[in-house]
Amino acid sequence: MGKEKSKSGPLARRPDNSAFKQQRLPAWSPMLTASTVLPFFYLLALICMLLGVWLLLTVQRTQEIKVRDSRLQGNLPRERQRKDLSDPSDPKDLFYLSSLENFHQNLRRYMDSRDDGQMVGRKRSLKSPSSYCKPFDFDANGVPIAPCGAVANSMFNDSFLLTYYTINGPSVVPLLRKGLTWYTDKNIKYRNPKADNQTLAEVFEGTTQPSFWQKPVYRLDPFDPSNNGFINEDLIVWMREAAFPNFKKLYGILYRANKPYTNGLPAGNYSATISYNFPVQYFRGRKELVLTTVSWFGGQNHFLPIAYLVTSSLILLTAVVLTGVWWKFGKDGKNMAE
Amino acid sequence: MCQTVICCRVTPLQKAQVVKVVKKYKQAVTLAIGDGANDVSMIKTAHIGVGISGQEGMQAVLSSDFSFAQFRYLQRLLLVHGRWSYLRMSKFLRYFFLKNFTFTFVHFWYAFFCGYSAQPVYDDWFSTCYNLVYTALPVLALSLFDQDVNGRWSFYYPKLYIPGQQNMYFNKKSFLLCMMQSCYNSLVLFFVPYGALHDTVRQDGRDITDYQTFALLLQTCLIIVVNTQMFLDTWYWTGINHFFLWGSMAAYFALTFTLSSNGLFFIFPTMFQFLGTGRNSLNQPNTWLIIFLACLLCILPVVALRFIFLQTSPTINDKVRYKMRRDEVPAISPRRPATRRVSTRSSYAFSHSQGYGDLVTSQKFLGKKTPRRPLLFGQKEHPLGENQPQLFRTITEESEEQQSP
Repeated sequence: MGKEKSKSGPLARRPDNSAFKQQRLPAWSPMLTASTVLPFFYLLALICMLLGVWLLLTVQRTQEIKVRDSRLQGNLPRERQRKDLSDPSDPKDLFYLSSLENFHQNLRRYMDSRDDGQMVGRKRSLKSPSSYCKPFDFDANGVPIAPCGAVANSMFNDSFLLTYYTINGPSVVPLLRKGLTWYTDKNIKYRNPKADNQTLAEVFEGTTQPSFWQKPVYRLDPFDPSNNGFINEDLIVWMREAAFPNFKKLYGILYRANKPYTNGLPAGNYSATISYNFPVQYFRGRKELVLTTVSWFGGQNHFLPIAYLVTSSLILLTAVVLTGVWWKFGKDGKNMAE
Repeated sequence: MCQTVICCRVTPLQKAQVVKVVKKYKQAVTLAIGDGANDVSMIKTAHIGVGISGQEGMQAVLSSDFSFAQFRYLQRLLLVHGRWSYLRMSKFLRYFFLKNFTFTFVHFWYAFFCGYSAQPVYDDWFSTCYNLVYTALPVLALSLFDQDVNGRWSFYYPKLYIPGQQNMYFNKKSFLLCMMQSCYNSLVLFFVPYGALHDTVRQDGRDITDYQTFALLLQTCLIIVVNTQMFLDTWYWTGINHFFLWGSMAAYFALTFTLSSNGLFFIFPTMFQFLGTGRNSLNQPNTWLIIFLACLLCILPVVALRFIFLQTSPTINDKVRYKMRRDEVPAISPRRPATRRVSTRSSYAFSHSQGYGDLVTSQKFLGKKTPRRPLLFGQKEHPLGENQPQLFRTITEESEEQQSP
């Protein structure tokens, strides 16, 4: 890159007198002044207070009921447990969640032990699972396991049933077991291997089920044939590992098409029947069935509203302190005298 | 106390030895400036060597750290560029430690919840791109362009140089403060999302407490907090700073959504496991409220503390900046000579005996016609001989002009 006219003489090597090279670029130089900081703090305190109050009111409107299994020992299918629910009619969706405590789905080796290539339906990975799944990749006879890995192996397989005691007798509360997963999970991340005029059982020919499972993957849902294979909703929900040891996973949604459930659960007596398949005593864990309604904000969690209210009071306190400091020391620039 | 020493008729080796003595016994940072080949050893010995290019050749320039053409540019080197350089380096270092400690401490808190299994709490791609893409350019812009006070005001207030001499911007205390701030930031950045997410679901009841959503949320909070800290640290916002900062934020969101897109997942399912996380969690108002709260709790204490220090004990920098904003008038430019003549002389000479000084300063040996001036020393009297202190005549403006190289 040559210059058009070559300068000569003693000023030949002088750098350009451009704004960039002489560090004189036009710039904004902000400074913390009282007229910006103090109104900012007061405004933020107000915003946080409003947010906190709004969130608190929203969260108070959600309801959550936990059905704790008091007898943890044994592996027997649990009998019914009567519980009085008095849900006021509220035209909202009711969600069944299964809650587990002290189960570390976030352990590093556990999280690595899966094969996403197999679960997205690659035929190649179906018969040769990745080595990350060891020792849950091949069974004792050398047959590949589908789905492989510790995550799939430890799938939660309890089932819940809610029974409503009406005047005419007990009736099972209908439950939707679909629509439990993210759209991207159900439609993109988990796909069955391509079946060219084969049944699902034939597609999974040559593989076996994980050792802890009672049913093979292509027969997980006997009622809905499209909910089998890798796209089974319970499997997908379980495969999305939780971040913390105490977590809740969606089990089902109340089916509100028919009376008397169109506005949620009517008030009355219910009992929950839990078929107890998932053993928790080995890791000193606990299980619960949770019924909850949600709002635009999510489930019932009081942390954020209370945190906002606390923050707003702290900010207000700070703003008052700052105003006092400014009044005493820096008003009219008296602290800036040289 | 003797503040100035003049050595004359010294050999190059002795010049270097003088500098060495000062370095050793005064534990000070030394600067040596010279223009000739005989100054090379002195320039190399000092911490900072400055060479003047010109009459005596390029020897001094080739062995120096800085070089320029005129002696008086030393003032600009020290008071403007040196000061800015120190400010930029200190800010850069503090910011770098802050952002990386905050990034790392969060893993420490997560260890208590993941069974101490060293599970990283961020996406692997985020960890890769964090220092490379998301936070590299803003801090680069800070360390290239930042100024507290512009060049003219720096000249007018040489006292602004003192923080550099006293090592005020980056020392053990400020490093510890930086660590403590990182620790506090990491506590907020972990426990606020933890508290808000550990026991809730999405608007439609689906999962939001999964590992990938938590990781994404933590990442987003971290990026926003760290960039807001950069917003507070930058004092001189050129267009490039704006572009780099807002561009990095945009790049974060763009890359995150790209890396969790369907296409990449289909090609490499095991490498891009975060499919759909951004789309499914960032559309929830819950997550944005968490991000807002975490940012407030991290940033507002910094703002409040800085404001308090500004009001109660402003530094010389703060005072000059305040004056700069209020007055809006550039400082008086330093006095410049009316004419700029190319000088044929480039060095100072001191003579120990009578006669030579006058001879040199009278420019007789140049063969030019110069106006007569009063002599430096009278021919008749010799103060040294009479054991009297030497009296020097006052240097007036006219003669200063003629004497400047």
